[in-house]
Amino acid sequence: MRNFTNLFGGKKKSATMAKERLRLVLIHDRASLPPGVMDQLRDELIEVISRHIEVDRDAVRIEIVQDGRNQHLQAEIPIKPARVPLTD
Amino acid sequence: MAKTARVITITSGKGGVGKTTATANISAALAALGNKVVCIDADIGLRNLDVVLGLENRIVYDLVDVVEGRCKLRQAMIRDKRLEDLYLIPAAQTRDKNAVSPKDMIRICDELRKEYDFIIIDSPAGIERGFKNAIAPADEIVIVTNPEVSAVRDADRIIGIVEADQKGPAKLVINRINMEMVERGDMLAVADVLELLAVELIGIVPEDQAVLVSTNRGAPIALEPKSKTGQAFRDVARRLAGEEVAFSTANGGGNFFGRISKLIRPKAGS
Ligand SMILES: Nc1ncnc2c1ncn2[C@@H]1O[C@H](COP(=O)(O)OP(=O)(O)OP(=O)(O)O)[C@@H](O)[C@H]1O
Ligand SMILES: [Mg+2]
Repeated sequence: MRNFTNLFGGKKKSATMAKERLRLVLIHDRASLPPGVMDQLRDELIEVISRHIEVDRDAVRIEIVQDGRNQHLQAEIPIKPARVPLTD
Repeated sequence: MAKTARVITITSGKGGVGKTTATANISAALAALGNKVVCIDADIGLRNLDVVLGLENRIVYDLVDVVEGRCKLRQAMIRDKRLEDLYLIPAAQTRDKNAVSPKDMIRICDELRKEYDFIIIDSPAGIERGFKNAIAPADEIVIVTNPEVSAVRDADRIIGIVEADQKGPAKLVINRINMEMVERGDMLAVADVLELLAVELIGIVPEDQAVLVSTNRGAPIALEPKSKTGQAFRDVARRLAGEEVAFSTANGGGNFFGRISKLIRPKAGS
């Protein structure tokens, strides 16, 4: 995370940091979901889905997104191309 | 003519953000606009609205005396020195918080509704009994916050509770905005707070040393015609009374004013 510097290498404004930190804190407060649980959720989801389909583990992204005061869980789970054996 | 008062509770979650100051000023401004107003100090044990309004010397009975039947409701109502249609029901200073229940608050407000236009309740900080008492009779909730991480976080928590309690959507007053700090990038701007909390904004009040001076005197700043901060509180009162009042850039919109106007009324259901 580039929490302390902006693109130009300068110090990030404290108000910007406050806003970014608050955004995450509020998301987890509203969902009563401690931030650490997200990683666990991600691992468990991958495990379940992998039983049926091969996913690109490193590219899986799970996040809570906001729409006003409503929130939903959004998952992006890329599937690995099926390795179909060549037959004649 | 029979009136039907709107009961508005001013609350915050975090302590010290300006609930009592806002209650005193909004109540005074509403009365100055010609409304009949009663304000109730629901902060049992930490009475303060009386001193902010400069009415501390006139107290004989308090809210707990009413609840426990030691006096009639009228006897605990103190009329303001300046505004004849403004009354205060003070909190008890010494008795325990559980002396008042949410039911008592509902009963007292129902008794007042017929004769007044507004009942404004000053809530204590936190989410304990005193807070529950304060929101029980409310038709509307106003949340006061400061542009600061812990105050905004607590405000969000209260907004959620108020919604779950079917009293929402709450309306927001952002108090103690310091435009120099906002411009320097060292204070959350109004637009930032609105984007995070996603509720309707009804007031932007600047940080102003004159608030302390007016509290020293026991005279709400909302009654000082030339004060910008007084104007900010008068604007809150007018918006609560149903008027459309534009947010002036001088009140803390600054460069972000364009963004604010889009954020003031979040779309319904979001
Ligand atoms: N806009 C402002 N500018 C400067 N000072 C302010 C402003 N608003 C409030 N204050 C000051 O902040 C302090 C706390 O205000 P107040 O007592 O209204 O907060 P509160 O939310 O009621 O506190 P509590 O949670 O203890 O009941 C007071 O000293 C008050 O004068
Ligand atoms: Mg107070």
